[in-house]
Amino acid sequence: MKVNLKVWRQKNNNTAGKLVEYSLDNISPDMSFLEMFDVLNAELIRKGDEPVAFDHDCREGICGMCSMYINGRAHGPQTGATTCQLHMRSFSDGDTIVVEPWRARAFPVIKDLMVDRTAFDRVVQAGGYVSVNTGSAPDANEIAIPRTIADEAMDAAQCIGCGACVAACKNASAMLFVSAKVSHMAVLPQGQAERKIRAERMVAQMDAEGFGACSFTGACSVECPKSISLDHIARMNREYLGAKLTSENV
Amino acid sequence: MKLEAKIPEGPLAEKWARHKFGLKLVNPANKRKYDIIVVGTGLAGASAAASLAELGYNVKAFCFQDSPRRAHSIAAQGGINAAKNYQNDGDSVFRLFYDTIKGGDYRAREGNVYRLAEVSVNIIDQCVAQGVPFAREYGGLLANRSFGGAQVSRTFYARGQTGQQLLLGAYSALSRQVANGKVKLYPRTEMLDLVVEGGKARGIITRNLVTGKIESHSAHAVLLCTGGYGNVFYLSTNAMGSNVTAAWRAHKHGALFANPCFTQIHPTCIPVKGDYQSKLTLMSESLRNDGRVWVPKRKEDSEKIRKGLMKPTDLKEEDRDYFLERRYPSFGNLVPRDVASRNAKYVCDEGRGVSKTGLAVYLDFADAIKRDGRKTIEAKYGNLFEMYEKIVDDNPYETPMMIYPAVHYTMGGLWVDYNLMTTIPGLYALGEANFSDHGANRLGASALMQGLADGYFVIPYTVGDYLATIGPADKVSVDSPVFKQAEQRVQDQIQRLLSINGTTPVDEYHRKLGLIMWDYCGMSRTEEGLKKAKKMIQELKAEFWSNVKVTGDNEEMNQTLEQAGRVADFIELGELMVDDALNRNESCGGHFREEYSTEDGEAKRDDENYAYVAAWEYKGENQPAVLHKEDLVFENVKLTQRSYK
Ligand SMILES: Cc1cc2nc3c(=O)[nH]c(=O)nc-3n(C[C@H](O)[C@H](O)[C@H](O)COP(=O)(O)OP(=O)(O)OC[C@H]3O[C@@H](n4cnc5c(N)ncnc54)[C@H](O)[C@@H]3O)c2cc1C
Ligand code: SF4
Ligand code: FES
Repeated sequence: MKVNLKVWRQKNNNTAGKLVEYSLDNISPDMSFLEMFDVLNAELIRKGDEPVAFDHDCREGICGMCSMYINGRAHGPQTGATTCQLHMRSFSDGDTIVVEPWRARAFPVIKDLMVDRTAFDRVVQAGGYVSVNTGSAPDANEIAIPRTIADEAMDAAQCIGCGACVAACKNASAMLFVSAKVSHMAVLPQGQAERKIRAERMVAQMDAEGFGACSFTGACSVECPKSISLDHIARMNREYLGAKLTSENV
Repeated sequence: MKLEAKIPEGPLAEKWARHKFGLKLVNPANKRKYDIIVVGTGLAGASAAASLAELGYNVKAFCFQDSPRRAHSIAAQGGINAAKNYQNDGDSVFRLFYDTIKGGDYRAREGNVYRLAEVSVNIIDQCVAQGVPFAREYGGLLANRSFGGAQVSRTFYARGQTGQQLLLGAYSALSRQVANGKVKLYPRTEMLDLVVEGGKARGIITRNLVTGKIESHSAHAVLLCTGGYGNVFYLSTNAMGSNVTAAWRAHKHGALFANPCFTQIHPTCIPVKGDYQSKLTLMSESLRNDGRVWVPKRKEDSEKIRKGLMKPTDLKEEDRDYFLERRYPSFGNLVPRDVASRNAKYVCDEGRGVSKTGLAVYLDFADAIKRDGRKTIEAKYGNLFEMYEKIVDDNPYETPMMIYPAVHYTMGGLWVDYNLMTTIPGLYALGEANFSDHGANRLGASALMQGLADGYFVIPYTVGDYLATIGPADKVSVDSPVFKQAEQRVQDQIQRLLSINGTTPVDEYHRKLGLIMWDYCGMSRTEEGLKKAKKMIQELKAEFWSNVKVTGDNEEMNQTLEQAGRVADFIELGELMVDDALNRNESCGGHFREEYSTEDGEAKRDDENYAYVAAWEYKGENQPAVLHKEDLVFENVKLTQRSYK
């Protein structure tokens, strides 16, 4: 098949970017979207042009590295999938495809389609853990955890930290990402001791990073490749309010 | 050079405890006077960095991804072994040790493997305490599944995302230490050289992948936790960025490289589709718990299927060959990976393969669905089935999955002693980057166990012994000539790559190398083929250095340049793998030499002559590497021909 691409090209964070058009023939519908970019880049290199920079690593939907905003949707047209899991069979012959980076104040562009997501790391550093030193843990079966609780924790813990939720949100809010982590730990017995302080600190860091406010449109959850549920945002709001009422910290 | 493995004396079960007691300690107040560099933030690196920082050392942690959480460990699906015996099915530390030694085809050290089995139980405790949401039974206790090469159920898992959850646990511990100021993170930073002075590792040279800046980092000890080198085959289940560069450059400074030819080809991967393919996707081994592997009995039926004239579901039961169940009645579909892969290759070589390319076999869940219901199967493997459907565009609940072996893991790696120290004092290797615990074949769910054992429970003890010996003053400044010279070396190589300005993209050399490795140093090897491969690799190397095209420049984000450096190292490693495979005139585990096989195609090991670790010393550009042998001593297991019949 043949595709026409409009790809965001930006040399670095200090230079303005623009959409550049390319067209490719002989694309197989079985190719993944990133393999189509490999083909484009090989062509560019052969011509002596600079290939398009984009983040990717596992190419199977788990590392959270890939991050393309395709035809106005984070990770493209397929729901419940990352960019690397998208295949060309989701497009039709002759389609025009517009590819941009994540757009958010807290995610500055590094080059082309690549952005800086270290803000997410700093939010986790603010409190996304259980304070337990290596070697100090009790036997793993000492505390029984009902399966429903373990499942709930796992549903939240599946987040791959890709940032599509931020990219999809008109306010560039990071609520879905942050709430998934808060929720994962809030439902588990191991997370109880630091439950309040965690919610408070992570939310404070999220605000400090320049992510926007949540107006609960739900766009994040729709575009989330792991279908992280909006319930976590509701839970985090409760956690946060509860924490604030009795706050001793922050 | 004499290789000293430093395996402690005494009965197997007491070795580690005795050894720990004998190790020197750094007193708590002094720990902050030591700096440790950890390269890599996968399970091995993140667990090591977090644990060492908790102890009070100053840690710098490096990774090439944009976040430590994205290390390749994140992709592990199936699970992690531990000798908890929660199932009361006869498991024990000794049994896990025994299965691992036997599974590795008796090419690993008893002492190391026993220690691994011993600390496995602590790993699960630690992870649960961190909030890792392992699968549970209705009663709320931890659930287990079985994996290949074992007859007990000892694998802990978190749906099909065990590696992700374990890594996020280690990453959270690491993040806590970043917040405490004990770890400084360097994401998007690649180690390009090791600095050795006075015979000791003194630090590393890195390139900032965003700005291109070359920087020096000095420390008292350097830990390489940089993962495996499966991408030497180009197509593998590894992440695109996985590479050998850190280990290889350390090798060039004197760290011996052990058993490089021991690579694992995983039986259950999605078959190759086209030549544009960039990577292969693993379907977790856990699928073999319920899936049955088969091909048609008759070649003619396979041909019809390949041409689309017949569907697999049309084939009657008696016309199917469940070849693993037939040949290995006691382990059936759960034989170890090397055995399963080789058998899949055999039936495809006989012309009985399915799929358009003829390079695929079926993994069929029809019986399991009939027995347990679709719901149960969905609960166990739902996400894997979904992933398969997304890639192949076929519904595995209705038609059997197609699978074919693919490169997955590398047992070889930097040679380390019992303390995980390489042959360069102060340089350690952890996780998949070392060679230590899996012999010639790794059992499923044992890599996660080893990475975390090394990082959480071994290195925190052993590194102290070295640090206490050298003392805090024994450190070299980044302003000293050795660092400046090393920076210059790195700059020179980068300039050399940028100035070739040939015609062929890096990727193409990588693909070519991969094909050579797959054809001649893959699932089965012959002397003739290996010799041919050696020549081909040398030619490829010459062509690469004269005709590769690297665009852009150094002072910016330049992914082509990154890739060029990695491929250059893979090419050199490829040649060493071939040398190693040529040297090992036996078949063991993942290393199968056609000349050394029994009549029915099983591997023929030669314990008389090859019960050793082959550790290679680098002697300079285009000089043959020199072999050093570490004899393997078995006092607790009897060496038998592995049989899964
Ligand atoms: C698809 C798949 C599924 C698997 N499933 C299982 C399973 O179910 N059970 C199991 O036990 N094992 C499994 N394995 C194997 C297991 O995941 C790996 O062996 C293990 O995770 C390796 O961990 P590691 O910490 O050694 O390295 P990695 O996780 O590979 O980490 C390497 C780190 O090193 C960094 N790095 C590398 N080079 C450099 C450099 N030059 N400079 C700076 N940083 C560098 C990277 O950024 C990364 O942080 C699986 C493997 C694959 C591919
Ligand atoms: S919540 Fe979803 S979209 Fe947001 S970072 Fe996590 S996985 Fe990505
Ligand atoms: S590349 Fe890892 S999730 Fe897409």
